[in-house]
Amino acid sequence: MLRGRRRMEGALDAQSLISISLRKIHSSRTQRGGIKLHKNLLVSYVLRNARQLYLSERYAELYRRPPPPHAPYPPPAAPLAGPPELGPLPPGAEEQPPGPMPRGCGLPEPPVLLPPPHDPAPLELPGAPPQPPSPCRDSAPGFYRSGGCAYPALPGHCSGRTTVLDLDTHVVTTVENGYLAPDCCSQCPCCCPPAPGTKRKYYPGPGEEDDEDEDEPAAGGGAAAGVGVAPCPKRARFEELSPEPPPDASNISNLISIFGSGFTGLVSRQQADSEHGQLCSKQALASLGAWTRAIVAF
Amino acid sequence: MEEDIDTRKINSSFLRDHSYATEADIISTVEFNHTGELLATGDKGGRVVIFQREQESKNQPHRRGEYNVYSTFQSHEPEFDYLKSLEIEEKINKIRWLPQQNAAYFLLSTNDKTVKLWKVSERDKRPEGYNLKDEDGRLRDPSMITTLRVPVLRPMDLMVEATPRRVFANAHTYHINSISVNSDYETYMSADDLRINLWNFEITNQSFNIVDIKPANMEELTEVITAAEFHPHHCNTFVYSSSKGTIRLCDMRASALCDRHSKFFEEPEDPSNRSFFSEIISSISDVKFSHSGRYIMTRDYLTVKVWDLNMENRPIETYQVHDYLRSKLCSLYENDCIFDKFECVWNGSDSVIMTGSYNNFFRMFDRNTKRDVTLEASRENSKPRAILKPRKVCVGGKRRKDEISVDSLDFSKKILHTAWHPSENIIAVAATNNLYIFQDKVN
Repeated sequence: MLRGRRRMEGALDAQSLISISLRKIHSSRTQRGGIKLHKNLLVSYVLRNARQLYLSERYAELYRRPPPPHAPYPPPAAPLAGPPELGPLPPGAEEQPPGPMPRGCGLPEPPVLLPPPHDPAPLELPGAPPQPPSPCRDSAPGFYRSGGCAYPALPGHCSGRTTVLDLDTHVVTTVENGYLAPDCCSQCPCCCPPAPGTKRKYYPGPGEEDDEDEDEPAAGGGAAAGVGVAPCPKRARFEELSPEPPPDASNISNLISIFGSGFTGLVSRQQADSEHGQLCSKQALASLGAWTRAIVAF
Repeated sequence: MEEDIDTRKINSSFLRDHSYATEADIISTVEFNHTGELLATGDKGGRVVIFQREQESKNQPHRRGEYNVYSTFQSHEPEFDYLKSLEIEEKINKIRWLPQQNAAYFLLSTNDKTVKLWKVSERDKRPEGYNLKDEDGRLRDPSMITTLRVPVLRPMDLMVEATPRRVFANAHTYHINSISVNSDYETYMSADDLRINLWNFEITNQSFNIVDIKPANMEELTEVITAAEFHPHHCNTFVYSSSKGTIRLCDMRASALCDRHSKFFEEPEDPSNRSFFSEIISSISDVKFSHSGRYIMTRDYLTVKVWDLNMENRPIETYQVHDYLRSKLCSLYENDCIFDKFECVWNGSDSVIMTGSYNNFFRMFDRNTKRDVTLEASRENSKPRAILKPRKVCVGGKRRKDEISVDSLDFSKKILHTAWHPSENIIAVAATNNLYIFQDKVN
């Protein structure tokens, strides 16, 4: 059914649709009259549909490959057969022990993926749940992401935050309740240990982590070596100034956080694909990173 | 079938004609008043132009009731919301007339945020002979006044003036898409993407919120309100349509907040038609009650549907407006045409429905005979007073002589707004910045 749908749509495939849609959202920022909620909602549906198709094809391909030797966690409970109905994460995924390897980090090739949680409310993304330990729910291993669940010792840490690592610029950014913290620093001392052969920078965060132990477990790797800490007074100030966004203004930024948190996974695909010579439009995916960052920055 | 129909239409006037198209001149709404004597248009520049039908005269039978400009005024200006750093467009989204109760005419006009009640009145007499001021309006020195006189009214050239009588502001966070006057003529509602407010015409600093579909967490948003209208006779009943292709009928007697509908109209989706754009093309762009109040008509991207209020599970009639676009949805998504919001209208007797399409085409469907016709509103292809020729779009294969192929359609020429006279066969069609008025052929 999916292949037939692609043919019916003509020349455009899922990836082009995604980049077109993100471009539309981005340009809607500068249109007169402000963000058109209705139009952006419709565009987000297209994004969701295209993303489902794209991810399902990826799953299908990955399914056909032999599993990698060092999968750090069990294979998904829900078998992926046919067009995957992206069901809820199996419960085991939520209880990742805060062990040496945060989820998904450091793997050059993501194993068969846990489907991101998805339910009939298409825009529901667990990007900003109020309870502390859960923000990890939505990450699939390929999404180099840490919502802080690996560090339950920091309770105030993950209230409604999503931290993403942009593979283009290797900057960790944080979206907090829909608002972007200045991305000159991250507050998650998440250390994704670099995959073999992959250089990665990160900026362990100051701010409220000032009191914390600076040698956070560098997740089993020596990743902390040689990276300077960039204290960022701006960020602390930002948090002071914007404790609670006005309820009606937050709608737009929440929409944006949906896109930011939902589609950075596609950015991470670029890494995996290029290593395996996959013919996926690298350009479209590369531009995705810039777009998602732009959107999250909104 | 289309080419057999004798449409008997005369193209009787080309108004607001410009050889260039400035964006401010693009017509954004068209509405006849309750008698059909007046026709109001709003444009992207925030102006309202009202046309009045000429009285029919025996001397010039061929100029039967043509529409001429009656009044022009600037309804809305661009504004800036400093709190959110947002510009508020002055484009007139909707105009709705109030029924006439005295010599003056009243209409509501709205942009994205503010609704205004305008009074349009004629002045053909002027008072003269004031005591305290002279004819130029300058005050006279009281010590110079030696006699008293009574001012008298003298005739003057007819002047039509529009004054804003009420401004209903600051009640909508999102963009207003509809206004609808209640049949009690005391209240009206305004609908934005997530909320519907009920106003009293006399009170501008308060409104009742009667529908609120904003979720507690905006990330859970799945649908928005796209149009709303009061029932033509029952002042407690209204409908609103959603971006998911559903219509809800609400009864204000049931509760103060009408979040729970009394009726829910939805047609199950045809799974074989599923595509990336299914959600977009099922979004309803307009909903209109029939004059009888028995039916509602909805317009989504490709179809017009007529629903019976007594049957919620599917429409009673579905008309394909331009189904040949179904295979072009990708390109229409790229050029944003898929987001165009077409309106639909009933004729006075609810027997014919009309809606617009691309290439300056508009379509009429006769509900009784099941015949339909495609007509074009353009100067190049029809002269004034000529009878409109039915048009046909060729979908594939051989193109006949007068047909136009799908790929040659001009998607920048779209007819989004049309209006039908309440009792006669006169239609107003807005084609970008031009207004076309068509009438039935005389004899």
